[in-house]
Amino acid sequence: MEQDSILQMQHITKTFPGVRALDDVTMTVKRGDIHAICGENGAGKSTLMKVLSGVHPFGSYEGRILYQGEEVTFANIRASEEAGIVIIHQELALIPELSITENIFLGNEPMKGGLIDWHTARKRAIELLARVGIDIDPSIQIKNLGVGQQQLVEISKALSKDVKLLILDEPTSALNESDSENLLEILRGLQARGITCIMISHKLAEIAKIADAITVIRDGKTVESYPVVAGQVDEDRIIRAMVGRSLDQRYPEHTSNIGEVVLEVHDWRVEHPAIPGRLVCKDESFYVRAGEIVGFAGLMGAGRTELARSLFGHSYGIFQSGRLSIGGKDVKAQNVEAAIQAGLSYLPEDRKVLGLNLLDTVKRTIVSANEKAILRGPLLDSAKEVQVAEQYRKLLNIKTPDVGVGVNTLSGGNQQKVVLAKWMYPDPQVLLLDEPTRGIDVGAKYEIYKLIQQLADEGKAVVVISSELPELLGITDRIYTICEGRITGEMATKDADQETLMRLMTTTEAMA
Amino acid sequence: MSKENGIKGGLKQVLGGDLRQFVMVGAVIVALIIFQILNNGRMITSSNFQNIISGNAYVFTLSIGMVMVIILGQIDLSVGSVAGFVGMTVAITASEYGWPWWVATLGGLGIGALIGAWQGFWLSKMGIPGFISTLAGMMIFRGGVIWMSHSISRPAPEELSWFGAGSLPEWGPNTGLNNSTLLLGVIAIAAVVFMQLRKWKRLATAESKPPLWPVIVRLVVIVGVIGYLTYLFGSGNIGTSFPVPGLIVGFLVVIYHIITQHTRFGRHIYAVGGNKAAAALTGVNVSRTYFLAMFNMSILAAVAGIMFIGRSTAAGPSDGNSWELDAIAAVFIGGAAVSGGIGTVVATIVGGLFMAVLNNGLMLYGVSADQTQVIKGLVLLAAVAVDVLNKQQGRPSIFSRLSRKKAAPAEIPQEQIATESAA
Repeated sequence: MEQDSILQMQHITKTFPGVRALDDVTMTVKRGDIHAICGENGAGKSTLMKVLSGVHPFGSYEGRILYQGEEVTFANIRASEEAGIVIIHQELALIPELSITENIFLGNEPMKGGLIDWHTARKRAIELLARVGIDIDPSIQIKNLGVGQQQLVEISKALSKDVKLLILDEPTSALNESDSENLLEILRGLQARGITCIMISHKLAEIAKIADAITVIRDGKTVESYPVVAGQVDEDRIIRAMVGRSLDQRYPEHTSNIGEVVLEVHDWRVEHPAIPGRLVCKDESFYVRAGEIVGFAGLMGAGRTELARSLFGHSYGIFQSGRLSIGGKDVKAQNVEAAIQAGLSYLPEDRKVLGLNLLDTVKRTIVSANEKAILRGPLLDSAKEVQVAEQYRKLLNIKTPDVGVGVNTLSGGNQQKVVLAKWMYPDPQVLLLDEPTRGIDVGAKYEIYKLIQQLADEGKAVVVISSELPELLGITDRIYTICEGRITGEMATKDADQETLMRLMTTTEAMA
Repeated sequence: MSKENGIKGGLKQVLGGDLRQFVMVGAVIVALIIFQILNNGRMITSSNFQNIISGNAYVFTLSIGMVMVIILGQIDLSVGSVAGFVGMTVAITASEYGWPWWVATLGGLGIGALIGAWQGFWLSKMGIPGFISTLAGMMIFRGGVIWMSHSISRPAPEELSWFGAGSLPEWGPNTGLNNSTLLLGVIAIAAVVFMQLRKWKRLATAESKPPLWPVIVRLVVIVGVIGYLTYLFGSGNIGTSFPVPGLIVGFLVVIYHIITQHTRFGRHIYAVGGNKAAAALTGVNVSRTYFLAMFNMSILAAVAGIMFIGRSTAAGPSDGNSWELDAIAAVFIGGAAVSGGIGTVVATIVGGLFMAVLNNGLMLYGVSADQTQVIKGLVLLAAVAVDVLNKQQGRPSIFSRLSRKKAAPAEIPQEQIATESAA
């Protein structure tokens, strides 16, 4: 069987300073297969594909890659593409203002006499589009296409490069049901033409439908790799393998003291800001009680962040309908300022992009969401500012010599504590914490968990959104699962386990 | 932290945290001394200093508004045209419609406010980048001036010359100086001493008291400089003093320093310029912040235009040509960042002073206007280049990077991994 493998990755180890992203990963992909790679967010799937496609060039990793029986040493993406390996990323790399033809042949334009031969390009574009089953004018600009069609243009682009091994990173994450179905159909068609596919996906149902082989990666290691028969895939086995790490004592002990309902959301409905008609939250309802820590489990793009930001003064998407009340009072906050006023706080998932002004100082950041509190007349009281900042520095154990230094001088964990302090200072009744421990080290995580528990003990309603299931199981009292804008399940944390949650996070049918 | 030894450490302590600002002031002083030598002592004189201040007051005024716009990450190219337009309006309403000078002036400021609302509208409500909306404004108001004036200069109300080039009154006993200037100097010295001591007192905590001597040394230097300037401005010809437009600029600097550093609006300018998305999620009204900054800029442009026609006693159709460039140059020499989020009013004024001294010194030396323009361009480039180089050297050294990595081992890589799944 060895001879018909198109790709063998042997003992691949890739380290970033201080961490092992891939640890001795070995996998074999057979020619003509659709090979699925599964794993949690951050397990190392994309890193593995970056190693394969030359994004992480030869020499920056250990191990060997055999492609079509020979060892390959790609220095960049161009080299891997020349060999027939094409990767299609989750975020499409098409240029919206250019036409389909221009996009397909970008960097690979057919030339005649030193000029681009647009006539040939157009003809070939039509042929390529026909191969992925779409019949549209290739002079249409990409921005006028739906996501599903854009995805197909990406595949056409790959086909134009004479692809032998096509890698798709979460190809259906942005697609609706019928577009996804269509895409899977096209992958089967490519398979029939002898093109091998590697597909990274979170959606087990899709994998079950079309995969010929499955590799599960967890914490940078291959857990399992085995051939399957499409249509007869054991989803439970995949889930177990994906989450199978044991829970160690990474979470502080805590007994919750749960009171009355504080946050109540009814039939919340939000439309995507750019795609009319696509709902990112589909009439969902939930509640959080005082002193309770509630987890929102869902994969990337499931709609967790969108829901939280929409609640926070409609700061995401187009609000359509729904009711939000805090402490029994209806809240109609249509901007962030009003939401803060009403007792909401939202800690954004991406600290550097949404959470912080990296040019600012620690003290200014800490008071920034509640500057009114340090006003003396029309002026900000800088003495009080320092006093407040010092108070939080001690409370949260923020490691900085001086609250007057720039936040960019702090480590990630300490930056996150500054953001947390910023959202604690307005003294909110409800805290929506979006990935509060992302990108920080284990020690800082533990401190943040303790702070979250402390906030709950003060009677606040706390929502923790996280991609890490162990984290949710470790610190919450109750968990909602979200998939594609729907709340698909609710359970007390003591009754939850990773397998159940993962199943609910990957299903679109709501539990009764 | 500041346990540094030797002369360098001591110097650092004396200068305090704001090293850059003192370097800039030093550069101005060095430029003055060089020109003093080149021009055989014609540079540092009472009349020349009075001249530099009143001749550049309009640029300083513009650059105060401009630095706020640039901190926001925007730019206003229309300020020269707006200043010219307002100046011409004031001159025409006063000279042709016979409006009293103060009504015409208030009318001019009102027009400045209207124009500001217009510019603010296009940026904040329509989302048109300031570069474009103010480029349009630059054309519109330049065309407007020429159209309105038929390319003919108009006399400015005489009363305005006091604002544009006037002197403060003489009074009281004969001190050998202009007593108004002397009083200003004393007030300035008292204010600086008070502020420095208060700052020092605040830094002192229960555990540690920062040493007092650097504050004293700093004060001696600053008081010396202010004292000398007081003498210089006050000892000119009888009837001259620290110029009124300089006083107006000084007043504006104090007001706008407070606005930018000690009010919510000021914080919001830095917040939006530093990270717009984060500011919006912190409850900052981004569109209002944009509006107010542009609004304010045009009002200051109106003030500049009025000061200018006061000094030149007439409004001409080409008044204000390329003033925006002088203002923008002052802002960037003052250390602001094109990408926004960085810059201060005080540093901008120092930047403007540097350009003013350069301009004046070259003129006295007999360098022609075209050559001066070339030199100013090169100096702007050099100043910003030095800034960029400094920032690169300010990056953590290899040693400190290594030691930092040990402190927080898993930080960077985890973020790198996180990007793989970032939606």
